[in-house]
Amino acid sequence: MDKLLLIIKREYLAKVRNRSFIVMTVLSPLLIVGMIAVVVFLTRMNNDQKKVIGILDESTYFDNVFITGPELAFVDLRNITPEEAKDSVASMGYYGLLHIPGDATIEAVAEGIQFYSAKSPSITVTGMLEMRIAKRLREEKLRQIGVSEQMVNELVANFEIPTTTFSGERSVKGINEIKAAIGGGFGYLIMMFIIIYGAFVMRSVIEEKTSRIIEVIISSVKPFQLMLGKIIGTSLAGITQFVIWILSAGVLGFLAFSFMGVDWQEFGPGANLPPEAMETIEEASASNEVLQLYVAEMLRIPWGTLIVSFMIYFTLGYLIYSSVYAAIGAAVDNETDTQQFMFPVIMPLMLAVYVGFFSVFENPNGPIAVGFSLFPLTSPIVMLMRLPGGVGADGVPWWQLFASIALLVVTFIGIVWLAARIYRVGILMYGKKPTYKELYKWLKYK
Amino acid sequence: MSNLLEAKDLYKWYGDHAALDHVNLEIPKGSIFGLLGPNGAGKTTLIRIINQITHPDSGVVYFNGAPLEREHIARIGYLPEERGLYKSMKVGEQAVYLSRLKGLSKLEAKDRLRYWFEKFDITPWWGKKVQELSKGMAQKVQFIVTVLHEPTLLIFDEPFSGFDPINATMIKDEILQLRDKGATVIFSTHRMESVEEMCDHIALLNRSQKILDGKLSDIKKAYRNNTYEAGLLHGQPAQLREELLAILPDTATRMQISGEELKLHVQLDNGMDSRSLLHMLNEKAEVLFFNEVIPSANDIFIQTVKKEAAHHG
Repeated sequence: MDKLLLIIKREYLAKVRNRSFIVMTVLSPLLIVGMIAVVVFLTRMNNDQKKVIGILDESTYFDNVFITGPELAFVDLRNITPEEAKDSVASMGYYGLLHIPGDATIEAVAEGIQFYSAKSPSITVTGMLEMRIAKRLREEKLRQIGVSEQMVNELVANFEIPTTTFSGERSVKGINEIKAAIGGGFGYLIMMFIIIYGAFVMRSVIEEKTSRIIEVIISSVKPFQLMLGKIIGTSLAGITQFVIWILSAGVLGFLAFSFMGVDWQEFGPGANLPPEAMETIEEASASNEVLQLYVAEMLRIPWGTLIVSFMIYFTLGYLIYSSVYAAIGAAVDNETDTQQFMFPVIMPLMLAVYVGFFSVFENPNGPIAVGFSLFPLTSPIVMLMRLPGGVGADGVPWWQLFASIALLVVTFIGIVWLAARIYRVGILMYGKKPTYKELYKWLKYK
Repeated sequence: MSNLLEAKDLYKWYGDHAALDHVNLEIPKGSIFGLLGPNGAGKTTLIRIINQITHPDSGVVYFNGAPLEREHIARIGYLPEERGLYKSMKVGEQAVYLSRLKGLSKLEAKDRLRYWFEKFDITPWWGKKVQELSKGMAQKVQFIVTVLHEPTLLIFDEPFSGFDPINATMIKDEILQLRDKGATVIFSTHRMESVEEMCDHIALLNRSQKILDGKLSDIKKAYRNNTYEAGLLHGQPAQLREELLAILPDTATRMQISGEELKLHVQLDNGMDSRSLLHMLNEKAEVLFFNEVIPSANDIFIQTVKKEAAHHG
C-alpha cells in the first residue's frame, strides 16, 4: 500500500512537472478563449462595416423601400444618368449601384432592374435587395387585385402547438434535448478524459520500457501495483489539469468578453443546444411562466443520482480503458507500433458518442439507447446521456441502471485482469512487435 | 543451513518453448556464484524467478530455507542486464524513490545515498537530471540503488557492461567487499575473466538445462586433462624436437622453436605422468619452466557447451 502511494506520487509529479504538460495546461485555456474572442471580434468587425449601396430610382414604385438598416445603407442618387451614377458610386467607394429604370408598369420596371458592383456581389447583399424588391412587387400586385395592406397583414398567420402531458401539466418543448445535452456533456467529458489521459498512461509505460527502468522497478513492486499506480497518478494529474482548465477558462472567458462588451445572453446555457431547443428557449424567455416551467424541469433532473452515477461511470470507465492503454503500451516498443491496437479501443468510445447524439437524444428509452447503456464499453457515456431524463417510472428504470453498473463492474474486473496479464509479460519483451495471437499466448503464461 | 538459495526442480515454459527444464541449484551463503551460459540458456529467466518477476510453472525456490515469498524482495538487490533510469527525473530524487520502493524510509535512504554518492564521487550530480549523466555515471547510480538496502542476496546481470576499466575495477572491489561483509552474490556474465577472478562457485546453463555446477576449483580439477607446458633450452632445438616426437603421443603434442628455446605443449596419455615427463625432459635439456595447463573457465564453458551441442546433434 505504501509502495502504491509512492508510485502514485511519483507518476503524478512526473506528469505535473513535465514541461509540455505545464505548457499545455497554461496555454490551452488562453488558446481556446483567444480563439473564441478572435472569432467573435472578427464577426463583429465584419458586421460593423456597413455596406453602402447607391440607389438610382427612375421609377415611382420603390419609394420608401430602401431604408438604411443595420447591414446595408442606401444613398439616393437623383437626376443623373446611369453611367454618371456608376462613376460616382465607384469614386465614392460604395459597394454597388442598384439601377431601377422608369417604366409604365411595376413588372416592366422590375424586368429592367440591374445591380452594378466592382466585384461579383455577396449573396447576402443581393438576397436582401431581392427580398425588398419581391416584397414591394407582391404588395403592388395585391393592391392591383384589390387587397388592402391591412388585409395582407391579417393574412399572415403563425401557429404554435401547445403541449401538455397526460397528467395535465404544461410541458415545454426542447427539454428532452436540453437534458440529453447535459448528460451528453458528462459523457463527452468522460470520452475526452479517457482519450487524452489513457494515451498518457500508454506513453508513460512505453517510456519505462524504452528507458529500461521497468525491470528495476518490478523487482521491487508487483507489475500490477506499478500499473495501478501509474493509472491513478496520471488520472490525478489529468483531473488537476481539467480543474485548472475549467477555472482559468471561466475567468479568462469572463474577462475577455466583459472587456469586449459581448452580450452574455449569446453564451448562455443554450449556446450549445440543437437549434429547436434554442428557438424554444428564445420564445420561452418571452414569458415568465414558461421560464418557470424550464426551471422546474431542470430541478426535476435527478442531480444527485446523476452526479453519483457520473463518479461511478467515470471511475470505472476510465480504469477499464486506461488499463487497456497500459497493456498496449506494454506490448509495444514504441508509439508507432500502437496503431494496430488503438482502433479497437477508440471505436466503442466513438460509437457511444455518436449513438448518443443521434439516437439517445431522439429517444432516450428506445431499444438502441437501452442496449448501448447496458453494454459495458459504451455504458459510461450512453447511460449518462439517458440519466437526466429521470430515473424510475418515467425515465431510466432502476434495474437498467443497476444492471448497467453491475455489468460495468464485472467487465472492469475482467478487463483489468486481462490487461494486467498482458502488461506483466509485455513490459519484459523487447524488440518484438506482437500480434494478437501472441497477446493471447501471453495470457496463459504463469 | 549453509545454502542461502536453493532451487528445486524448476520448470518454466513459454508456449512450447522450455525456458527452464528441470533446473536444480544450490547457492551457498557468502559465495560469489557465477551463473554462466550462452545467450538464451535461461539465465535471465532463472534470475527473474528468484526476483519473483515471473513464476515457475513448477518447482520451488527456497530462500534461507523458506519458500520464496514477497517479503524476501526487500532482502534481494537486483541489477538487471536491461537497466535504466527515468530520464527526466533528478538523480537524487530517483535514487531515493527506488530505495523507498525497496522498503527504506526516506531519511535512511538519503543518509545512505549521501555516503555512497561521496564514495563514488558523484555528489555534484544529485540535483541533475538523469539525461545529463554519462552512461558510466548512470551505471554507478544503478549500482548504488541495487546495494543501498543492504540485501543479503545480490544479483548482478552483466554488471560490467557500460563501465570503463577503471570503474569496472571499482565495482568489482565493491562487490568483493559486500561479499566480505556477508552478502551472497549471484553473478551472471559472459566475461569469463571476471568469473575466474571473482567466483568461487559456478553453474553452467545451456538449452534451459543446468549442465554443470559446483565449486570452481573442483570443476577445474575435474577438467584437468593431464596437459603440461614446458620451456626447454637446448643447443640443437630441431634435434630435440625429433627426439621428443619419438617419445610423446604425436597427436597431442605441439612444439614451437624460437632461437635455442623450444616450447612444449603436451597432453599425456596413460603411459606417462607429470613426474616422469619432467624427469625425461630434465635429462634431455635445461628446463626453463614446467607447469600444468589448468583449463580456464572459458575453456570449460566452450568445451562443455560444444559437447552438449554435439550430444543434441
